[in-house]
Amino acid sequence: MNQSLHLWLIPLLPFIGFLLNGLLGRRLPKTIVSAVALLAPLGSFLIVLLASRAVLPHAETYGTWISTASFNIDLTFVLDQPSLVMLLVITGVGFLIHIYSVGYMHSDEGYWRYFAYLNLFLFFMTTLVLAGNALLMFVGWEGVGLASYLLIGFWFQKNSAADAGKKAFIVNRIGDFGFLIGLFLLIANFGTLSFSDLAAKIAANPTMTGGILTAIALCLFVGAAGKSAQLPLYVWLPDAMEGPTPVSALIHAATMVTAGVYMVARTHFIFDRSPLALSVVAIIGAATALFAATIGLVQTDIKRVLAYSTVSQLGYMFLGCGVAAYSAAIFHLMTHAFFKALLFLAAGSVIHAMGGEQDMRKMGGLRTKTPITYWTMTAAVFAISGFPFLSAFFSKDAILAAAFASGSLGKLLWFVGLVTAGLTAFYMFRLWYLTFFGETRGHDAHPHESPWSMLGPLVILAILSIGGGWIGAGRFGAFLSPALGTETEELTGSLEYIMMALAVAAGFVGWLIAHRMYHQRSVAAQLAAPAPAGYNLLQNKYYVDEFYGLTIVRPLIYLSKYLLEWVVDVAILGGLAWILATLAVFSGAILQRWQSGNIRSYAAWLALGAAVLLYFVLAPHVFGAPSLHLGMAGH
Amino acid sequence: MDSAILTLILLVPLAGAILVALLPDRGKSSAWLTLAITLATFGLTLHLPAHFDAAHPGFQFEVNKPWIENPAISYHVGVDGLSLWLVVLVGLLGPVGVLASWKAIQRREKIFYSMFLLQQTAMYGVFISLDLMVYYGFWELSLVPMAILIAMYGRKNGSAAATKFFLFTFIPSAPLLVAILYLYSRTGTFQFPDLRTDIAVGAVPAGALFWVALAFLFAFAVKVPVFPLHGWLADTFSEAPVALAMVVAGKLGLYSMLRFHVGLFPNQAHNIAPLLIALGVIGILYGACLALVQRDYWRFLAFAAMSHLGLITVGVYGFTLTGWTGATYQILNNELIDAALFVLLGALEIRYATSQIAAYGGLANRVPRLATLFVIVSLAMIGLPMLNGFIGEFLILSSTFTVSHGWAIAATLGVILSAAYMLWMVQRVFYGAESKLALDSPAHDLQLGEQLVLWPIAVLLLIMGVAPNLWLRTIETAPKPIVLQQARSATQLHVTLTSTSSREAQR
Repeated sequence: MNQSLHLWLIPLLPFIGFLLNGLLGRRLPKTIVSAVALLAPLGSFLIVLLASRAVLPHAETYGTWISTASFNIDLTFVLDQPSLVMLLVITGVGFLIHIYSVGYMHSDEGYWRYFAYLNLFLFFMTTLVLAGNALLMFVGWEGVGLASYLLIGFWFQKNSAADAGKKAFIVNRIGDFGFLIGLFLLIANFGTLSFSDLAAKIAANPTMTGGILTAIALCLFVGAAGKSAQLPLYVWLPDAMEGPTPVSALIHAATMVTAGVYMVARTHFIFDRSPLALSVVAIIGAATALFAATIGLVQTDIKRVLAYSTVSQLGYMFLGCGVAAYSAAIFHLMTHAFFKALLFLAAGSVIHAMGGEQDMRKMGGLRTKTPITYWTMTAAVFAISGFPFLSAFFSKDAILAAAFASGSLGKLLWFVGLVTAGLTAFYMFRLWYLTFFGETRGHDAHPHESPWSMLGPLVILAILSIGGGWIGAGRFGAFLSPALGTETEELTGSLEYIMMALAVAAGFVGWLIAHRMYHQRSVAAQLAAPAPAGYNLLQNKYYVDEFYGLTIVRPLIYLSKYLLEWVVDVAILGGLAWILATLAVFSGAILQRWQSGNIRSYAAWLALGAAVLLYFVLAPHVFGAPSLHLGMAGH
Repeated sequence: MDSAILTLILLVPLAGAILVALLPDRGKSSAWLTLAITLATFGLTLHLPAHFDAAHPGFQFEVNKPWIENPAISYHVGVDGLSLWLVVLVGLLGPVGVLASWKAIQRREKIFYSMFLLQQTAMYGVFISLDLMVYYGFWELSLVPMAILIAMYGRKNGSAAATKFFLFTFIPSAPLLVAILYLYSRTGTFQFPDLRTDIAVGAVPAGALFWVALAFLFAFAVKVPVFPLHGWLADTFSEAPVALAMVVAGKLGLYSMLRFHVGLFPNQAHNIAPLLIALGVIGILYGACLALVQRDYWRFLAFAAMSHLGLITVGVYGFTLTGWTGATYQILNNELIDAALFVLLGALEIRYATSQIAAYGGLANRVPRLATLFVIVSLAMIGLPMLNGFIGEFLILSSTFTVSHGWAIAATLGVILSAAYMLWMVQRVFYGAESKLALDSPAHDLQLGEQLVLWPIAVLLLIMGVAPNLWLRTIETAPKPIVLQQARSATQLHVTLTSTSSREAQR
C-alpha cells in the first residue's frame, strides 16, 4: 500500500490553533495570537503541497465514526484532483487572508477571538473538502456555517450584525434540510454514504437513471443552493457583509460559498444520471447569475456590489455544473477565489483608507492616494470582466463554451451568461471609477495607504488574478477528468474563437457604458439625476427580503402566537385540562387541603396512596382475582 | 460486588435522604452532605459501564430475590444496554443538581436536599426495577418529592403548578396500576422477563391486552410528555427548582415506553405506532413554533424540550433497530443538554432575578464565559455535527425515513425551526446593545462551582458527538423484544416475536 500522507494533519493544525487562541487567546499578547493563527494555515498549506506529489486518488481511513445496524460511517479522508485544487485554494488563499487580517484587525479588541474563529473555519472547510463520505462532508458543511455565523456576527453588539449571522445560519439550515433528506434517500436506497461506494454502486447499474437519482440530486442541490447562495436562498449572502472584510473575502467569496459547487462536482455521478436535475442546476445557476448581476448594477455600498457579484459568479459555476462541465466549474471556482478575494481585500484596503466608509458615493480620487490598492484592484476588475488572457477570461469562456455546446437549452443559457458578462463588466468598472477616479467626495476623509501586511497579500493575489488562468488553460479538464469524468462536448475551431470574441466584446460594452456614465460625465450630476424606471426595483433588491418576511416569517410567528398558543394550547388543551381537573377536585375535597401547601397534608396523601396501593396489591389474593378485570375482560 | 452494586446504588441515596433529614441543618451542611452522597453514588454508577459485558445481551448485575410471597413480589433489579447509561446519567445529574441548587435554594435546605435524594432514589429504582410492582412503587415515589418541592419552592404560583403536575401525572398512573394488577391476575407474576414471555405466548387475551397496553402508554406519554398531554410541562419548568425541573421530563417516560410498552406489548405498540409517530412529529413542530413566541425563558425551554422529546418518541415508535439505538442515545443527549441549559438559565436568574427574555440583551461582553457555554450548549441542542445532539437526531431521522418518507421529512423541518428559536434566544439574551438590566446589575461571570459543572458537560457533549460508538456499542446490545425483517419495499415491516424465554434461561 502507498505511504500515509497524514491528511488528518491538514484540518488538525487549524483546530489546534482554534483551541489555543479560543481558550487562552484573551490573555496572550497579540504577537503570539498572530503567530499561532498564521502557523496553522501555513502548516496545512505545506502539507497539502507535499501531498500533491502523491499518487491520486489517495484515501486514508482512521476509524469508524458511527456504526449502527443499518449503516456505518467511517472517518475517511480522500485526496484526489478536485480536493487537491480546493485545498490549495483554501489553505493558500486562506493563509494570505490571515496575513492581511493581522493588519486589518490590529486594533480590534476581539483580535484573539477573530483568529480563533478563522482557524475554526479552516478546520471545518478542510474537513468538508477531504471528506470521503457525505456525512463527514456534512460535518464540515454545518461547521463552516457555524464559523460563518460567528464571524458575520463578530461585532455582535450591533444588532444588524447579530441579525445577519442568525439569518445566514437559518437560511443555510433550510438548504441543509434538503441535504439531510438527500442523505436519508442515499441511506435508504444504497445503504452507504461513502462517495466511492456510491459511485461504484451507481456505475454497476447502468440502466439506473432519473427517478430516485433525480430526487437525490435535487435534494442535494437544495443544500448546495443554500450554502452557495443561489436562487431562492441567496438572501443571506449580501447581509453577511456585516462581518469583517477579510471574512467576506475568505468565507463569503473565495471558499465557503463555493462548497455547493464542490459538492455537486463531488456527487457528479448522481447528477450525471439525471438530465432533469442537471437542467434545474443549469437554469438556477444562469438565472442567479443574471438576477444578482442586475442588483449589483445599482448598489452603492462597495461590499454589497461585491457580494452580489459573488452570487452572480457562483451562478456561473452552477451553470457549468448543470451542463456537466464540472472541471470548468472548478476552474472558475479557482480563478474566482483569486480575483474575488483580491477584490474584497482591496475593498477592505479602500475602506481602511477611508476610515470605515463603505459608501462609494463618498469615495473617489483614491487612485493617487492609495496607488498599490488601486493597481491591484485594477488587475482584479479587468480579470473578472474577462479581459483577454487574464484569469476569468479562460474560466468563464470554458463555462460559456460548454453551455453553448449542450443543446438548445444550453444556447439560451449561454446567451444569459453572455449578457451577465456585460453586466459584470459594467458594475465592476462603475465601482472602479466611483472609487478611484474623479474628485474625493468624502468630507473629512484623509485617505492613506494600508500597511504592508495588507498590501503584500494584495500583490500576490493580483499576480494570481492576472496569470491564474494559465494554470488551467487547456489542461485543467484533463487533470480533473480522473475524478470528474471527461467533458462531454467541446467546441472546436472557429466557433470557439467566435465565442471568445463575443464574451470579450460583452465585457468591453459594459466597460464603455460605465466609462460614459461615471467617467466622462460628472459623477455628482450622475448621482443626482432622476432615477430611471426600474431603478427603485433594483435598489430595493426586487423586494425579495420583504416578500419572504411577509409570506414566511410573519405568518409563522402569527400562526404560532395566535392559533397555536392562544387557541390550541391555552383555550382548547388548557380548557380540557381545567374541566378534567375540576371534575377531579369535585371528586375529592382532599384537594382543597392539598392546595394549602401544608406538608402534613402531603404526608397524609402519601399514606393514603400507600394504603390504596396495598389494598390493590392484596386484593387479588384476599378477594380473588376476578373482581379486578370485570371491566376489561369483556372481549 | 457485581451483585450488590445496584442495591448499593439504591441504598446510598436513600440512606442519604434519611441522614440529611435527621441531621441538624447548619449553614451549608445539608448541601455539602448531599453533594458527597450524590458524588459517591455517581462513582458507584460508573462501576456499571466499567464492568458491563457488551458481548452478553440481556440483564446484568441482576439480583432476583423473593420479597413478598403472596402476591409474588420480588426484589428483581438489573440493567441492560437500554438502562445502563440512564443509571449513569441519573448519577451524573445528582451532583449537577446539587451545585445548581447551591445558590438558588436558601431556605429549608434540609427538606429540599432530603427530598432531592429521595427523588434520586426513585429514578434509580425506575431504571433498574424488573419487577413491575417494585417499578410502579418507584414510579409513584418519583412524583411525590417533585410535587412537594414545586409547591414549596415555586417562583410565583408554586402550589398551582404542583397541583397541575400531580393531577397530570398521578391520574394516569391509576390505570397503569390497574393494568399491572390485571396482568398479575392473569399470569401470576410481576416479573418483567416472565411477563414478556407469557404475553408473547398468548397467556393474556388479546382484547384485554389492547386496553392494558393503552393504560401503560397513557401513563408514559403524559410523563414524556407527548402532544397533546404536555399541559403540565411549561408550568412545571417555570415553577420547579432547577435541580428537579432538569430531570422531570423525558427519560422516565421514554425509557418506560421502550422497556414496558414496546417491550411487553410489541404487537399493540406496533399497531398504535403510526399514531405515536404522528403525535411525535406534531410535538416537534408544535413545540418549536411555541418556543419561538415565548416571552419567559423557562416556558421557552419547556416547549423546546417538548420539540426534542417529540423526535425521540418518533424514534421509539419507528420500530427500527437504528431508531431504537438512536432514541436511547438521544435520551442521554437530551437530558445532558437540558441540564446544562437549566444550570445556565438558573445562573442568569440568580444574577438578574428575572426570566423575561425581553429584559435581557447585550450580556456577551459582561459575562463572556456564560455566553460561550450557552452558545456551545445551544449548538448541541440544534444538532450541530461533532456535538452529541446530531448523532441521535441523524439516527432517528434516517431510520424513520425508511418507515415513512412523509413523517420523516416533516420531522426534519425541526432542524430549521430549532436553529431559529435557539439562535434568536441567544441573540436576545447575549447580543445587541447592552440592556438596562445588564448595565444596572453587577457583571458576575460564572464562578468556579458553576464552571466545574458546565465545562465537563460541554466536553462530554463533544466526546459524545465525536466518538458515539463508545455508547452505541453497549446500547445496541439491549435485547430487542421483536425481530424486524425489512421487506423489499423498505416501508413494510414484519413483526414477529422472539421465542427466547429469559425465564427458561434463568432456570
